[in-house]
Amino acid sequence: MKLSFQIAVRFLKSNLAQTLIIILGIGIGVSVQIFIGSLITGLQKSLIESTIGNSSQITISAKAESGLISDYQTLLQQVAKTDRRIEFISPTLDNAAFLKAGGKSQSLLVRGFEANKANSIYNLSQRITEGNFPKAQGEVLLGVALKTEYGLSVGDTIELITPDKRTVPCKISGFFDLKVASINSGWCITSLINAQSIFLTGNQISSIEMQVFDTQVFAADEVMSTLKSALSKDQLKFTNWKIQNESLLSGLKGQSISSLMIQVFVMISVLLGIASVLAITVMQKSKQIGILKAMGIKNGKASLIFLFEGLILGVFGGIAGISFGLGLAVSFTKFAVNADGTPVVALFIDPKFIIFSGGIAVLACIFASLIPARRSSKLNPIDIIRNN
Amino acid sequence: MENILELKNVNKIYGTTVKTQVLTEINVSFAKGSFSSIIGQSGSGKSTLLNIMGTLDTPTSGEVMINGIKTDKLSKGKLADLRNKKIGFVFQFHYLLPEFTALENVLMPYRIGNSSVTAEIQRRAKELMALVGLEKVMNNNATRMSGGQQQRTAIARALLNNPEIILADEPTGNLDSSSTETIYNLLRDINEKFGTTFIVITHDRRIAEKADRIIEITDGKITLDVYK
Repeated sequence: MKLSFQIAVRFLKSNLAQTLIIILGIGIGVSVQIFIGSLITGLQKSLIESTIGNSSQITISAKAESGLISDYQTLLQQVAKTDRRIEFISPTLDNAAFLKAGGKSQSLLVRGFEANKANSIYNLSQRITEGNFPKAQGEVLLGVALKTEYGLSVGDTIELITPDKRTVPCKISGFFDLKVASINSGWCITSLINAQSIFLTGNQISSIEMQVFDTQVFAADEVMSTLKSALSKDQLKFTNWKIQNESLLSGLKGQSISSLMIQVFVMISVLLGIASVLAITVMQKSKQIGILKAMGIKNGKASLIFLFEGLILGVFGGIAGISFGLGLAVSFTKFAVNADGTPVVALFIDPKFIIFSGGIAVLACIFASLIPARRSSKLNPIDIIRNN
Repeated sequence: MENILELKNVNKIYGTTVKTQVLTEINVSFAKGSFSSIIGQSGSGKSTLLNIMGTLDTPTSGEVMINGIKTDKLSKGKLADLRNKKIGFVFQFHYLLPEFTALENVLMPYRIGNSSVTAEIQRRAKELMALVGLEKVMNNNATRMSGGQQQRTAIARALLNNPEIILADEPTGNLDSSSTETIYNLLRDINEKFGTTFIVITHDRRIAEKADRIIEITDGKITLDVYK
């Protein structure tokens, strides 16, 4: 093995220009893989983050006509115990109402949250532009669009008209901006207790909203199925972000598949290139192989020379590719920036993916070297000696 | 004196559709420690005969026995081992590996059959380089030597594993007359010193007459076999 390895090293060194060109070819292939892989993953992550990063990913709601879930504390505990992939759980009470202010009116969705739990999902504390989360009885939070439209300020009083035609005066404790126009003009946020008091529901909620850990986002449907099996299906309805965003999901899948195809075909073309160049080197080194076989080297050891060549080229090519790929990625994030300094291209640099790409390059090169290795094992020393 | 190499009724035919008989009913044996030459015109079959003796080629029919062992029953791996340990080759072209130094080339036969080079083998390789007069250039790359030096390195390489037989096919074919004389004297010295059996192909009758036995091949048949 040692001899085969040393001969492989010397063979590669003897035609350094050719060796470096092969390494460059592998390096370019690996860097394309890394760049495209990081780009697509980054784009997907930022798309998912902006779409469902701050919303409920799995929702349990009531099947009952009332639309309410009683004894929800027990249910919350059950949910928490069922699946460890769930990161945040937030009980919610949603009701429709009419907003009346300054002679104008419109329909609103009044959402009652437990502050800290909802904050985990909606990041409310960062999204409150003025004032505070409602604490006292009758306090509400309105979207910034409503502030503008109705000319409202913190401390102003508005009227909420409930479905059973009661008018409930409410004080504005602050304004929020959840970055979605329809939410900013359509939601009214208050505490769960306030909502229960306004709508006279008693200690009930309308839904349980959840988020899973970032790495489990695509497993939300599995988590939902687990919850479905563990909890009483008759009383409850289940949905998740994948059901609610089918077109986004199919778009993401399409993106992933095309990215994977590009990466696979890049690797295949690198593999074919290496196989053909190494096959030529077998012919270039046929005299050496001939005399080695005449001196008694066995076919296996002779073939191993070319497998080692593949391994060495794969390792150096992988290292070169990782360096180019990372360099390209880092320079993009540094130089291709928007006016606010954020990168134009969202890249997600995953060390595991990078090492995996390097590993694939090494395996591809070893695989590519099987052809020349087989060729060398078929070389007959007598043919070489006779022809020379 | 026991025979180290025997050929019995060896025939060699090339081709499948158009058949060419290159060797016909060759029967010859060589005693241990002998120095024989094989002469003949171009195309007479002498190289084919040498390659068959060295197990690089197989006869179409007949037997080849090295030290009494029939080689036709041996696997490719066993034949490779046999060549590595028992036979040394010197061809008209030196076939040194250009990627290695002279000394590394000389060590190659040992490295093929073993995992690492011992101090003793290293010493032997250097002694052989000195024997062939190349101690000053042993660390030169194989390409940075004259033709004569390269051929002498090839001879040292052939001797490293202390083979019982050296098969030389026109070893001085590419060299000038002065180098040729040097090489042949060297081969005779080695034969006397180590008792290695030599079978040397040459087209030059004057060189052949330096050997103890001359075998002449004409059209694939032995037409002369004389001892001096």
